[in-house]
Amino acid sequence: MAEGLRLERVAIVRDDATLLAVDAAVAPGEVLTLMGPSGSGKSTLLDFVMGDMAPGFRAEGRVRLDGRDLAGLPPEARRIGILYQDPLLFPHLDVGANLAFGLRGGTRAERRAEVAAALAEVGLAGYANRDPATLSGGQAARVALMRVLLAGPRALLLDEPFSKLDAERRAQMRDLVFSRVRRAGVPVLLVTHDAADAEAAGGEVVRL
Amino acid sequence: MLRPLPLLTAGVLAGPVAFGLLGTVLPAFGMLVPDAGTPWAAALDWPGLPRALGVAVLSGLLSTAGALLIATLILAGWHGTGAFAWLERALSPLLAVPHAAAALGLAFLVAPSGWIVRVPATLLGWERAPDLLILNDPWGLSLAAGLVAKEMPFLLLMMLAALPQVQSHRRLRVARSLGQGRIAGWLKAVFPGVYAQVRLPVLVVLVFGMTNVDVAMILGPNTPPTLAVQVTRWMTSPDLSLRAVAAAGGLILLFATLGVLALWMLGERIVARAGLVWVRAGRGLPERLSRGAGFLLAAASSLMVLAGLAALAIWSVAARWSFPDPMPEALTGRSWARFGPDMLAVAGDTMALAVLATLLSLALVVGCLEAEHRFGFAPSQRALWLLYLPLLVPQVAFLPGLQLLPLALGFGPSWPLVLAGHVVFVLPYVFLSLAGPFRAWDARIARVAAGMGASRDRVLWRLRLPMLAGPLLTAAAIGLAVSVGQYLPTLLLGGGRVTTLVTEAVALASGGDRRAVGIWGLGQTLAALLPFALALAVPALAFRNRRGMRHG
Repeated sequence: MAEGLRLERVAIVRDDATLLAVDAAVAPGEVLTLMGPSGSGKSTLLDFVMGDMAPGFRAEGRVRLDGRDLAGLPPEARRIGILYQDPLLFPHLDVGANLAFGLRGGTRAERRAEVAAALAEVGLAGYANRDPATLSGGQAARVALMRVLLAGPRALLLDEPFSKLDAERRAQMRDLVFSRVRRAGVPVLLVTHDAADAEAAGGEVVRL
Repeated sequence: MLRPLPLLTAGVLAGPVAFGLLGTVLPAFGMLVPDAGTPWAAALDWPGLPRALGVAVLSGLLSTAGALLIATLILAGWHGTGAFAWLERALSPLLAVPHAAAALGLAFLVAPSGWIVRVPATLLGWERAPDLLILNDPWGLSLAAGLVAKEMPFLLLMMLAALPQVQSHRRLRVARSLGQGRIAGWLKAVFPGVYAQVRLPVLVVLVFGMTNVDVAMILGPNTPPTLAVQVTRWMTSPDLSLRAVAAAGGLILLFATLGVLALWMLGERIVARAGLVWVRAGRGLPERLSRGAGFLLAAASSLMVLAGLAALAIWSVAARWSFPDPMPEALTGRSWARFGPDMLAVAGDTMALAVLATLLSLALVVGCLEAEHRFGFAPSQRALWLLYLPLLVPQVAFLPGLQLLPLALGFGPSWPLVLAGHVVFVLPYVFLSLAGPFRAWDARIARVAAGMGASRDRVLWRLRLPMLAGPLLTAAAIGLAVSVGQYLPTLLLGGGRVTTLVTEAVALASGGDRRAVGIWGLGQTLAALLPFALALAVPALAFRNRRGMRHG
């Protein structure tokens, strides 16, 4: 399988102790769930895949995206989007500028239209000029999702993306995220400690 | 491009100190300066030396112990109360007031014909000012008092910043639940942790108290002056051979400072021992008395500085103002018409120097912090000492060399040299102010943006720096205030040809024209304070529609 994201005998090492080792592949449009308790090196694994690992950690193995070895590529060249449990909207930009941050090419009018369409798609039509700090938690999470998708990523990483939402919104957000990323047709790596997330993702589950 | 910046910054901090010390040592042994004779002997033979050194040691120890004691009592007794919030608001602007301006104001206040004496004089009907040597007293007590008033807010804010790291609230709650009083519990459970965090700033205050020149010229004794002032006199004397004597004097002061630092560290151990005995003994403290004394001392010292500044302002617009009257007979704009234009012209030069020094410092600091973030350089304890190095080595020990050595190499005192000197002292404060917010910035934002294809430079310029606009502007305001306050670097590295508000104001202080002093002192105060007002106003305006930027 050339397409998709492959973790080839990846191991995260700290002080000569192996925190986790994984050998797995995700096809485009599929979700691979990594489950494990906190402190098991899940987030560090995502940092490694992104190409921005904290000092003190070492990683072994290779990451391939659509057949290409990512070793040595800086994070911005990898085009791997990430969603955290916090929406992390840029507080100094309005909602529209947040969404447009990852857009490239096209005229200004085209970009504005793209942003408006993305907002409408998640039920936030007309929110482009809003201050992100005035959005509710669920609204901000939806903006964060559309922001990462608009940037046209080749793979997506989800780091406990639903853990800060309340129970009702969590279910809605899960449905939205998984349906949207499937439609985007990119491989998705989900790390979580919530079994319900893994179940909703519907893909292969690796326990660490 | 960023990678070498931390090394370069270390060079900017340590280089001038090392270079300057070398340039001070050589002339002290008869090199570099023509006709130097025997500088050591000349310096040691100066009849005022024992007194000048004694006053330096006394004012250093008294001002540091006093400022530390008041700041500690205030925090222990009042942190978290409404009175404390009031005091903090009153003290924060005082931090930005340049030392020289604060000292000029205090001199107006405590002089025999000053405001304080005018109160009993009016009540008791004295015709003439009493013949008392309060100001410029031979033991430097008014100097020490002035330094306490100026350094107490600095130590208080440094300690305040250290409180969260030692979880002061929880520690105090535990201590009080074990039956300790508020102040006794704070001293026993919180103070040791806070002191460990602010030790370097305390040492900076100690060195400054012993070796400062501008405050000592205004408030300190005259015959003999403190050793730092005498070294400055030798350095600026028309007799060029005296510069070698100045170098020797600077080194004597350096050794004395090292000795006093050692003494202070010994004192730290003794206090720690005594504290342990006190904790074991289970005794408390007179709580109400300590609380009251702390509040009174802190309020009095901050009111003194504020009243001094008010005296500067009133003198600048005073018509006739004869001795016992508490207020001038009339207000007039005549002094401003006479001195204002000159002052504003020099204010322009001062700000140009300050802006350039601050921009250079900001560029180095942001570069260092960004390099730390990108390449995972870990800040070490040694780096922190390096940052404090230019503040811990007495200015009079290495600034003479920084003038003499380049001069010997054919590079005389000049504006660029002054600028370089200002950067050495502005940079540490800009770094200390910006490092916390810069490091606390959520690095996940950088990952989110990188995942959207944003380069590291784009993340820096479009996200990190705009999000840190408030802290950046505050750091810039601090940098400007530090530069506006630099007396000795401007005087020595400019060779008298670079004038700023502080060199003019200090030069006028001995002249006795109170209206001129009022205008120049006020100008220096405003030059330091206005940037802070801007630093608060600009982000508030620019981000008025961004609630998420209000506490960032």
